[in-house]
Amino acid sequence: MIKLVFFARLREQLGLSEHRVALSDKLTVLALVEHLIASDVDSNAGSGHSQWQLLLADEVVVAKNQQVVGRDVFIEDGDELAFFPPVTGG
Amino acid sequence: MDAKQPSKTGPLINVLIQTSSFDVAAETQLLENALTSQRSNMGALATFTGSVRGSETGASDDAAAYGELLALDIEHYPAMTQSTIEAIALAASQRWSFLGCRVIHRVGRLAVGEPIVLVLVASSHRKEAFAVCEYILDYLKTAAPFWKKAIFEHGEQWVDAKVTDTEALDKWSPPPL
Repeated sequence: MIKLVFFARLREQLGLSEHRVALSDKLTVLALVEHLIASDVDSNAGSGHSQWQLLLADEVVVAKNQQVVGRDVFIEDGDELAFFPPVTGG
Repeated sequence: MDAKQPSKTGPLINVLIQTSSFDVAAETQLLENALTSQRSNMGALATFTGSVRGSETGASDDAAAYGELLALDIEHYPAMTQSTIEAIALAASQRWSFLGCRVIHRVGRLAVGEPIVLVLVASSHRKEAFAVCEYILDYLKTAAPFWKKAIFEHGEQWVDAKVTDTEALDKWSPPPL
């Protein structure tokens, strides 16, 4: 299983703070998101839209196991992937 | 002494994420006590406290309709926050020699005027204390996973990231190895 976690505005837009995905193949972050979108659009009877498209926005930051990574990085079973907007602490 | 070389054991790095407020004098004492044998080498202490302003310029123009800013809700990614700030302090120790730092960042709802963040840096000389303090703050603002939501009288809004915070990193380039 891959654990996806979402924060701040993105968490609110998705209405989810986490989501688990079973993964049989080694995929990149981008391929995983595209897989989520494809499965979602199918189940929505071809509405052509999926909330997971939010994860593809340029500004969204991705962290794999708490390290910021690019979308071309491979993920595997047991990884935690975080998606969040630009940070605003301090 | 070469000021670029950190001591063999590296500086003391303490990072705390908490909902409760902090007392600067008490935290300073804790840092000084933790320095133990190194304490006699301490000749400088830089202290930065950030607090909740009465206005939030990062929020959009719609915010005017929301009335007064009352508070900030600060969310974070618990599994990543502390380790990110520790890594920033460690990166600072590759550039400057300092004895120790203590960083506190609060989360949860903080009213206008309340302190949010404290950065204490102890070193032998002032130059390193100032530099490390500013470096930690600059990277904390652009890399540590915190998000502010502005709570107004009649609404709430996520605070947008500021370009000026990213630009502030330019003064530290090239980045440390």
